[in-house]
Amino acid sequence: MEDTEEEKKDEADYKRLHSFPLIRHSDMPEEMRIEAMELCVTACEKYATNNESAAKMIKETMDKKFGSSWHVVIGEGFGFEITHEVKNLLYMFFGGSLAVCVWKCS
Amino acid sequence: DGSTGRAFARSPDQLELTEAELKQEFTRTLTADNPCAPRNIVRYSFKEREYKLVDCLDQTAIHFSLNGNMIPKDSDEGRRQSIRSSTEEEKAPVETSAVTSEEAEIEDAEHTGDTEATGEGEAEGEAAGKAAEGAQAAEAAEVAETEEPHPPKAPKKLANQFNFIERATATRHNPPREKECQLEPIPSMIFSANVTQWDIYDAYVEELEKIEKSKEKEKSKPQAVKTEEKKRVLSHVEVQYGDSITKISKAAKIAERMVNLNTFDDIAQDFKYFEDASDEFRGQQGTLLPLWKFQYDKTKKLAVTAISWNPKYTDLFAVGYGSYDFMKQGQGMVLLYTLKNPTFPEYVFCSESGVMCLDFNSEHPHLMAVGFYDGNVAIYNLRKATSQPSYKSSAKSGRHTEPVWQVKWQKDDMDNNSNFFSVSSDGRIVSWTLVKNELVHMDVIKLSAEGTTMQGPEGLQLQTLGCGTSFDFHKKIDYLFLVGTEDGKIYKCSKCYSSQFLDVFEAHDMAVDTISWNPYHLKVFISCSSDWTVKIWDHTIKTPMFVYDLSCAVGDVAWSPYSSTVFAAVTTDGKAHVFDLNINKYEALCTQLVVTSKKNKITHVQFNPVHPIIVVGDERGHIISLKLSPNLRKMPK
Repeated sequence: MEDTEEEKKDEADYKRLHSFPLIRHSDMPEEMRIEAMELCVTACEKYATNNESAAKMIKETMDKKFGSSWHVVIGEGFGFEITHEVKNLLYMFFGGSLAVCVWKCS
Repeated sequence: DGSTGRAFARSPDQLELTEAELKQEFTRTLTADNPCAPRNIVRYSFKEREYKLVDCLDQTAIHFSLNGNMIPKDSDEGRRQSIRSSTEEEKAPVETSAVTSEEAEIEDAEHTGDTEATGEGEAEGEAAGKAAEGAQAAEAAEVAETEEPHPPKAPKKLANQFNFIERATATRHNPPREKECQLEPIPSMIFSANVTQWDIYDAYVEELEKIEKSKEKEKSKPQAVKTEEKKRVLSHVEVQYGDSITKISKAAKIAERMVNLNTFDDIAQDFKYFEDASDEFRGQQGTLLPLWKFQYDKTKKLAVTAISWNPKYTDLFAVGYGSYDFMKQGQGMVLLYTLKNPTFPEYVFCSESGVMCLDFNSEHPHLMAVGFYDGNVAIYNLRKATSQPSYKSSAKSGRHTEPVWQVKWQKDDMDNNSNFFSVSSDGRIVSWTLVKNELVHMDVIKLSAEGTTMQGPEGLQLQTLGCGTSFDFHKKIDYLFLVGTEDGKIYKCSKCYSSQFLDVFEAHDMAVDTISWNPYHLKVFISCSSDWTVKIWDHTIKTPMFVYDLSCAVGDVAWSPYSSTVFAAVTTDGKAHVFDLNINKYEALCTQLVVTSKKNKITHVQFNPVHPIIVVGDERGHIISLKLSPNLRKMPK
């Protein structure tokens, strides 16, 4: 019993610890990267239960700020191969279990 | 007659009426009735055999009548006349007036619709007006008629009253051109990845570890000794995806090496495999095979002042550049070359003052001690990417007041602090210790020139100091070391005694350029000087064991690391001499001109600790590597 409690604590712990946004790969310029990262964090926190809405929010905001057309994928387990415009890709983890991939390609 | 007030005159037979009668108003009506037409015309009607009153009266009153003789144009007579008139006009234009009148008449004939009574008066006016028009028309008709006889008896056109000419223009319009342009496609790259829950977890764990590590690093001092890390990793940089040059720096380095290997392929082959077969025929003589030549643009004006091989990486060697000329002192450089890349140095360090000597720390091969012409010493850390020395002495911290001629590292002292010694013309031998990121100096010994105590002002006794120009530490006996001075003496000293020498050797007539202990034979050392001689000593004996006169100032001498009897000396005339005492005690086994230009002096020579090559530096900043032929490499049995 204690073990499972500890396990739960550990899980909660690591979730808490690992919830910071971690950029896995990005070739955006510094400012763009920071903005995009903040936006993703905001969107994921706001629509924690609905990936689609979060993705929609991110995509629309990015389109407005940086031009069309952006694509956003949010999920917990997926594989992808994409073509993106140079210096317009952000791939990051957030919230311990979410992965967000944002790229521009018209 | 009483009519003075009235404005109007009276005629005599005017009726006289009263005023009332004058003002009387009479109504008169105007009718179209002819007042003169009788109203009581009676006519006899035979039908009814009686006189009857005629009701309808002819009310028309004819004011004017004129009989005309106009005939319609289209009638036969009219046509005949018009034809006649046209033929007559050709001959005599005088008859135009007649024609005009005829024409006018002809035209007027068309207007017979007008009421004769009222229109007659105007008809003449019209005729006059029409005469003018008719004149024009006649002219037109003339033109038309003159043209018409050409197609004879063609139907006569009605000539234009106004002279119309048709004109048409078509404007030129620019021909259409096709223009097209195509933009370059936006550069794009493909990216793919796979993400699963455990990937995310692992990534986070890694990141946390990194953060912790960096926190620890901040706490500890940066100058931690890292002996595990390889010193020659250029890209100790986090992968930056933005800058593509740094990404490929490692690849570029490897590619550069490969290109160099290809370019200098034959040299590399020689280096590894070539053994001069002619040595068998040469008896005991040997040769030096020139291999790579190292040079760098910015050191063209500088002379090689020091060479030192790295103890750990046996293909890496450091070269110090400066100037021996007292008058021409400029900048100094330290370049580190590797045999793998003869075209470009691996490391480049610039300094304000000329470099006079350098030495690698054998325990910490990334540390390099350098002595400068201005008396400073510095330590360069090759692990750090900066081109500035990690530590540098200054006037405060006890630098020498004269050029530092030699530096040598010692073993780490008891506190594990690295320390090195330096000797300089100011007569001091100073030990520098690296204590907590600072260079701390300590005067080990002062070279007092014997018998030269002078009387200074105020009765002080001044001791003139001899100028140390070279020194060497004994390999085994830690405290024992030799110092050569500018006046040719060699002092045997001990680290323990700071004021007294153990022994003095009257070695040379000029400054002692290099002193070196034999690596195998513990009592033997060698010294060379600008007085053209190289001398070999036993430190227990006052006189040299061997003396070699090389007929030219000797710049440097070095023992070989593989044999206790082999050593090389270089002279300022560009020759390198290799001696083997085992084989020939009096003559060099090899005397070879190494440098191409005669004006170029060789300044230093060093043996590679592992490979059978020597490296020679000259005054123009070139380094030449030479391979020793087998005869020179004979190991003692």
